[in-house]
Amino acid sequence: MAEAALATRPGAARATAPLLKVEGLEAWYGESHVLHGMSFDVRQGEVITLLGRNGAGKTTTMKSIIGIMGKRTGSIVFDGTETIKMPSRLIAKLGVAFVPEERGIFSSLSVIENLMLPPQIKPGGLSLDQIYDLFPNLKERSGSQGTKLSGGEQQMLSIARILRTGAKFLLLDEPTEGLAPVIIQQIGATIQRLKNDGFTIILVEQNFRFAQTVADRHYVVEQGRIIDMIPNEEMDASVDKLHRYLGV
Amino acid sequence: MTMIFGVPTAALFGQLLLGLINGSFYAMLSLGLAVIFGLLNIINFTHGAQYMMGAFASWMLLNYLGIGYWPALILAPLIVGATGIILERLLISRLYNLDHLYGLLLTFGVGLIIQGLFRNQYGVSGLPYGIPSQLTGGQNLGFMFMPNYRGWVVVASLIVCLATWFIIEKTRLGAYLRAATENPTLVQAFGINVPLMITLTYGAGVALAAFAGVLAAPIYSVNPNMGADLIIVVFAVVVIGGMGSILGSIITGFALGLVEGLTKVFYPEASSTVIFVIMVLVLLVKPAGLFGRTA
Repeated sequence: MAEAALATRPGAARATAPLLKVEGLEAWYGESHVLHGMSFDVRQGEVITLLGRNGAGKTTTMKSIIGIMGKRTGSIVFDGTETIKMPSRLIAKLGVAFVPEERGIFSSLSVIENLMLPPQIKPGGLSLDQIYDLFPNLKERSGSQGTKLSGGEQQMLSIARILRTGAKFLLLDEPTEGLAPVIIQQIGATIQRLKNDGFTIILVEQNFRFAQTVADRHYVVEQGRIIDMIPNEEMDASVDKLHRYLGV
Repeated sequence: MTMIFGVPTAALFGQLLLGLINGSFYAMLSLGLAVIFGLLNIINFTHGAQYMMGAFASWMLLNYLGIGYWPALILAPLIVGATGIILERLLISRLYNLDHLYGLLLTFGVGLIIQGLFRNQYGVSGLPYGIPSQLTGGQNLGFMFMPNYRGWVVVASLIVCLATWFIIEKTRLGAYLRAATENPTLVQAFGINVPLMITLTYGAGVALAAFAGVLAAPIYSVNPNMGADLIIVVFAVVVIGGMGSILGSIITGFALGLVEGLTKVFYPEASSTVIFVIMVLVLLVKPAGLFGRTA
């Protein structure tokens, strides 16, 4: 049933192999073993979410995909390339872009310098004008110090700067965390627009109501494993189950 | 004779010029330390030896290959910078995940070894290196006599300091450097080769020290200990300015050179300790240094 629903989406039908395939992924922070055999896949053009409690391993999964976890084993195949042993800068060059939970705005750089920092990896990234259309606030404040922006503006800057690079596979770690509802709406609209433009997105979310408005499928993460996958159509029917998983 | 505050003007300005020259070297050396510390988190105690190598490189270029001062001003920093790159790749790069202390001990040890090797080969009496013919002589400025070469040292060091500041604060490469100083992991995740950047930055910091060494060769005698004597003061300058601040190290370098010069005029007994006294006072009031960011 989920397959049938997906097949109607652009991109999902023609891509036979998933764009990203994670299998048996394990990862460690020093001595502590955080991921215990994560396996999931993401198809071209999909928006999927990783849902789960704090400490379940969602952020660690994102960091493993972009290659900034110190120790990781298993298999992460992106667009046909095994990346488990690659340094993050080479993974980035394959077209994967990361928006960290803490947003990663550089305080010693101005807004425009932050925006221009990630180098272009592939053709087809948004131009500066297109980015300013999407996020008009950034234009007005381009000379300010990056960290002087409000939380919402910093989040937009963090997303905006990777849209310039031409990467079409985005890892967004809790983009709505701590933001006002009106900003969350704006970020939701941005994700929707990127999806329509053919971007593939993994979203980490605590807020499954928000996740439901943008995603195709939801993976539930618990103790470093995927314990369930819920297609977006079944979200309403799965509310009780989700409450149990997320403990809300 | 004209007097200011009971001091002959010629003596006053003479000491101020001397202070400005010392300040030029403090600024160039502390700038290199600041750049290296910012990105590598390594307190580069080899810096004094690398400054000395710059002076020796220009002496060797002249005496072994007949290459004069002007080409040496470019070549010596390149040669010594290259040795810095080798040092970073072979040894320093192994210490990034360890405590600061390891980097300090390693670079201190390497500095001692380099000094020892040069002492063994060239002795400690010092080798002469002439002022380039274009810069001999001096100008009578009315209130004082200004040797041309000393004027050139101040101008050259100002240019190099401002150019370094401009590159770091105003260019795209500098934005990479500043970003990588704050969060190297994320910069790497954008597809930027941070390890290469770190290696080249160390090379550039070392080249800056060597450039100062070439400028110093005609003023001070070329001597294996010339760096060791200077670097202690430079570290005090860095502590006062604040570790890792680019503009801070430039301003503090020149300012403390002048303060030292003034002290020589008004209270000569304190001239060799004044910088350390200021360091103590600054540490009491602003432990991160005048321009430092508290981490």
